[in-house]
Amino acid sequence: MTQSISITVTVNEKEYTREVEPRLLLSDFLRHELGLTGTHVGCEHGVCGACTIMFDGESARSCLMFAVQADGHKITTVEGLAKDKDNLHPLQQSFWEAHGLQCGYCTPGILMTLIPFLKQNPNPTEDEIRHALSGNLCRCTGYQHIVDAVKLAAEKMK
Amino acid sequence: MKPAPFEYHAPSSLEEVLNLKHRFADDAKVLAGGQSLVPAMNFRVVQPGVLIDLNRVAELSYIREEGDVIRVGAMSRERHLEFDPAIAKRVPLLHEATPFIAHPQIRNRGTIGGSIVNADPAAELPVLMLALNARLKAKNISRERWINAQDFFAGMFTTALEPDEILVEIELPFMPARTGWSFMEVAPRAGDYALMGVASLVTLSDDRKCENVKFVYLNAGDGPVDAKEAADIMAGEEVNDQLIDVAAEHASEKEITPFGNVHTSPEFQRHLAKVLTKKAVKQAIQRAGEAR
Repeated sequence: MTQSISITVTVNEKEYTREVEPRLLLSDFLRHELGLTGTHVGCEHGVCGACTIMFDGESARSCLMFAVQADGHKITTVEGLAKDKDNLHPLQQSFWEAHGLQCGYCTPGILMTLIPFLKQNPNPTEDEIRHALSGNLCRCTGYQHIVDAVKLAAEKMK
Repeated sequence: MKPAPFEYHAPSSLEEVLNLKHRFADDAKVLAGGQSLVPAMNFRVVQPGVLIDLNRVAELSYIREEGDVIRVGAMSRERHLEFDPAIAKRVPLLHEATPFIAHPQIRNRGTIGGSIVNADPAAELPVLMLALNARLKAKNISRERWINAQDFFAGMFTTALEPDEILVEIELPFMPARTGWSFMEVAPRAGDYALMGVASLVTLSDDRKCENVKFVYLNAGDGPVDAKEAADIMAGEEVNDQLIDVAAEHASEKEITPFGNVHTSPEFQRHLAKVLTKKAVKQAIQRAGEAR
């Protein structure tokens, strides 16, 4: 006998109502139920940061929450950042220009970490940027270009 | 890596929570921030039959000053502790140590009560509760009781809570006058589990003797380790480097029992404990001197 619960979640300003099993992770809900595959799944225990989303405006690991917990809450995923492919968010544009990604697996999680970070700290030092990135693993770039991208984004967003 | 099925309850009042805990006792796990429980469930290390989610119980989330203590609801997020002005002013050790707990993404969800009840020997909050002489309020369907932090941690991932009880409030006494503090840890990556860490408090008397000293260690045994003998070595004495060396040596060689792990040997943990203790106690003494 499987328990099924009806939830209504606002994702990227659009409301969705779905029936879910309580054990469904929020990360899998976004990807499998809503088809929003921009949120990536890496380690599924909170270490890698690939699944980071914004939950009520604050960054959080979507693999460490159940979809049922999002009932009535507002979520922003990487799909919610740009209006369309010609109008990227300044943070995305900066990642493009500064070569802040290679394979791109970690990028959505990094973007969703940095949006609240830059809001709180619009003029970060390199140290602060590296500290803010400590919860997101990138296995390609060596981080230097990511740091450059964040500096560029901070300039653009002034 | 998906959790096993469970029966889910998301009550909105403490009364309902306590009724559910009474009904299911040890068959039910309580879900607070979920930053340790959900990974364990994802790996199926933990497979609770019933999950009682506290995230809709608004009455368990508050931070308020009352007389000479701060009362913190068990569901207060770690991120809120970090930025609370009353905690920064009255309990600066907690304010300084909170950013060492994992990453902001984790602290946005993780709660003070969840981390305390999880009782991970490598976690910061259990150590801080011991260092700060916190009192913890447990409640079941028919009564409440206060447990001193010293009596709360009963071993690896084990606490003094009964199967039908939950932790509802944390009472933090204001740090006393002329008291300095320090929190230091060494981790492979900022926000990772620390290899070793220490919280230190020093209260100086008017003639600059150590009135009261505290060293509590993380990842140094099967719970937070309060090095009382090392503290006694310094108590009542005038501060000097030799005394600090003796105390640090005693704590790191005699009082902690680190196990080592994939990142470190027990010997290296003892070495870190010694170095961190010296640095931390010096910082605490300096701050005690600056405090009025």
